[in-house]
Amino acid sequence: MPAVAETLDTVQAATEGGYKWGFSTDIEMEMAPKGLNEDIIRLISARKNEPQWLLDWRLAAYAVWLKMTEPEWAMLNHPPIDYQDLHYYAAPKKKPGPKSLDEVDPELLRTYEKLGIPLRERAILAGVEGADGAPADGDRPQVAMDAVFDSVSVATTFKSTLAKAGVIFCPISEAVQEHPELVRKYLGSVVPTNDNYFAALNSAVFTDGSFVYIPKGVRCPMELSTYFRINARNTGQFERTLIIAEEASYVSYLEGCTAPQRDENQLHAAVVELVAFDDAQIKYSTVQNWYPGDAEGKGGIYNFVTKRGHCRGARSKISWTQVETGSAITWKYPSCVLQGDDSVGEFYSVALTNNYQQADTGTKMIHIGKRTKSTIVSKGISAGHSNNTYRGLVRIDRRADGARNFTQCDSLLIGDQCGAHTVPYIESRNPTAKLEHEATTSKIAEDQLFYCRQRGLSQEDAVGLIVNGFCKDVLKELPMEFAVEAQKLLAISLEGSVG
Amino acid sequence: MSIAPSGPLAALKAAADSFVADYQARKTTLPGDSHVRAESAALLAANGLPGPREEAWRYTALRPFAEAQFKPTAKAEPSAALLARLPHVEATRLVFVDGRFHSELSGVPAGFRVTTGEPAYGTLARPAAEKLVALNTMLAEDGAAIHVPANTDAGTVLLASLATGAAVGFHPRHHIVLEPGAQLTLLDVTIGDGEYLHNPVLTFEVAAGATVTHLRTQDEGAGAFHLSTVYAEVAEGGTYDSFALILGAKLARMEVHARLAGPNAAAHLNAAQLLGASQHADFTTIVRHDAPNTASRQTVKNVLTGRSRGVFQGKIEVARVAQKTDGYQMNQALLLSANAEMDSKPQLEIYADDVKCSHGATVGALDADQLFYLRSRGVPEAEARAILVRAFLSEALDPISHEGARAAMEAAIAAWWAKGGRVQT
Repeated sequence: MPAVAETLDTVQAATEGGYKWGFSTDIEMEMAPKGLNEDIIRLISARKNEPQWLLDWRLAAYAVWLKMTEPEWAMLNHPPIDYQDLHYYAAPKKKPGPKSLDEVDPELLRTYEKLGIPLRERAILAGVEGADGAPADGDRPQVAMDAVFDSVSVATTFKSTLAKAGVIFCPISEAVQEHPELVRKYLGSVVPTNDNYFAALNSAVFTDGSFVYIPKGVRCPMELSTYFRINARNTGQFERTLIIAEEASYVSYLEGCTAPQRDENQLHAAVVELVAFDDAQIKYSTVQNWYPGDAEGKGGIYNFVTKRGHCRGARSKISWTQVETGSAITWKYPSCVLQGDDSVGEFYSVALTNNYQQADTGTKMIHIGKRTKSTIVSKGISAGHSNNTYRGLVRIDRRADGARNFTQCDSLLIGDQCGAHTVPYIESRNPTAKLEHEATTSKIAEDQLFYCRQRGLSQEDAVGLIVNGFCKDVLKELPMEFAVEAQKLLAISLEGSVG
Repeated sequence: MSIAPSGPLAALKAAADSFVADYQARKTTLPGDSHVRAESAALLAANGLPGPREEAWRYTALRPFAEAQFKPTAKAEPSAALLARLPHVEATRLVFVDGRFHSELSGVPAGFRVTTGEPAYGTLARPAAEKLVALNTMLAEDGAAIHVPANTDAGTVLLASLATGAAVGFHPRHHIVLEPGAQLTLLDVTIGDGEYLHNPVLTFEVAAGATVTHLRTQDEGAGAFHLSTVYAEVAEGGTYDSFALILGAKLARMEVHARLAGPNAAAHLNAAQLLGASQHADFTTIVRHDAPNTASRQTVKNVLTGRSRGVFQGKIEVARVAQKTDGYQMNQALLLSANAEMDSKPQLEIYADDVKCSHGATVGALDADQLFYLRSRGVPEAEARAILVRAFLSEALDPISHEGARAAMEAAIAAWWAKGGRVQT
């Protein structure tokens, strides 16, 4: 038996069910009945105590969704989704604020512990009174966190520190109450309700998500982070994130996601909207680690996400960085509309698929303003029986004089049962624009492996090292702590696939 | 020319119906296999013509073509001016005028076989998958069946299509077979005047160790529609080596399906599209690697002026068995005017892991530094631009080893530039 196949077998045997976030938490939940209709939407809206305009907006989106059909152009295969077989609202039951951690539902605390959230932040997330004002531990970089558990945001940390800087960071349901004028002005202004099938669905039933507003000239004093978790069975998660960066402001936003290990597929359809005005910068980083399903392709999250940023102002910049290792199905194209002159869009992506995972992901860069620039760096890694597709659009409008795009898409295949695909669309209508696109496909070179093995690294570690090197251009764009986590995640996700 | 009902879909439907009606009226008089023809007629009646919603047709709308009406071919004689446009090369001539074989203008093959007088259907085309191929199959009236015996060099064959310019539609169907070890250079020249529809289908069966060199010049009339489909199936160690110079027609679509079916088979699909005015040309390739150790090379260059639109869609498919595939594709475009547009979709679809596949695409204007370099050495602006454009094209033209064909193409490029390519409006 060749060494490669042997390793493959032993590793596979040892790592069945290697998804370490696959636990579920037994918490008292309040759930809406299964199914989707106007009454459910009214119920969600009423639970959130929403104003009439938002209910009307949801109902209009629902009416649009009913007329739409699920898109079929992506290189994805899945059984039809039964949209009536889902709970569209699930929330952990909230009791009046506990006085200390001892009073908090121990199951909830255990969840946070398993997720690796620091103790003091755990207290805040669990809603312990007075926990927010406490000073941060030592020199540890501060990260403000919002946790979304199934459909609702359970808590946000560091609120008061942020408030001093004038930054608003809160659940979007709270923003609807506290800052309705901002929400009403920007919600759906980047991703309209009729944008696509999943965006329409999200607009109708979204339950929570994060809202960020950075005022003019403010550099957000800390990284903002949202943690998404699907916990309950048969629920769909539909979060909605809205980030507005006023003139000359800066924010870095991190997003992480996990879900319990279950046999059935769960639906996640999020919408993220970013707006950047003159000289503003938004850096949006994602580590997506939804449950990918087991080694036979059973279970896992269906991840249909619409993410788009509008560079509305001159010299504004939006940068997307994503590390996608989870989900049974990923359908996701974080995009930039470069409207302002000299605005900049960036997309850095690592998408790793193993076993029977399928990913169809990429970006769109729409150049409208003069001298707009975009950079796309995409690294796709396919292992096992998975399929990994990069799909991207670069469009240069007639007015976009001096626009510039650089695209690099690399695919790495591990094993002979997987697929790697590249589908770029390059459209230029301006002779002064310059576009470059480059794509390569290869496997891990035998000499690289040999070099590492010869120096005493195990086959697994060698592959991990090489894959991390392959992804370096993207990983270096992540905030440091996230980058470390992402590297570990890549290694874990590749377990059982080494060849 | 009459105008069909409004709306792109209605126009396409009406056009398909009118083609089917034409077939129904003439089917008893059409030569060749009536069964194959009837099958395609049913397909066309059911599926219609390619519409704007189809992914393979996202950049090319057939509406202008659907709105024109074409009469079946009538016998005509080409003008001396048209004949003079044929390349002056030593070759066995096979001349088709408005889609019909013209024996007086054609030569007699030596050492290989040519049959004409009815469509040479072959077995490689897929009318169920490609709607224009169904249209061709249904209405084809003539074509050349070229058969090169094993280990024979058939030399150079000039396959010329001359269109005299009446509002006619013709759908020639050619089938080229190379037995093991055979060789053939096919100069495939399509020229014409005026408004017409030329919808040829060519199929190539390349047996083990055989090599076909397919050098194409598309210089159809300014009002013409050129919609061609090529299928090439290459067995072990065989080569399908092609270059297409695309200059003419109002609306052109060249689709090439190359399948590398045996180990060590190779395909080269190079092209240069030179467009001006409001021309639209689409070069679409699908290369399928179905065996180990196969190689494909594509270099496609586009020079666009006026309000023209260039389209390139190139797909490389690598099947699970096709280990050690080497696939390369480069697509570059020069936009020389404010209103030109380039749309490019290079695609990789890979199911084998031990492969080396890459593609690149660039779009931009002439390099200002390079222009400055030449200008500073006393080269006039117009000439400097011509030099740079010619240099840009050389990567695609260089692999052409047939000297006569190459000279003819160089002359055609020079004429294009002189005639209006350098007018950048």
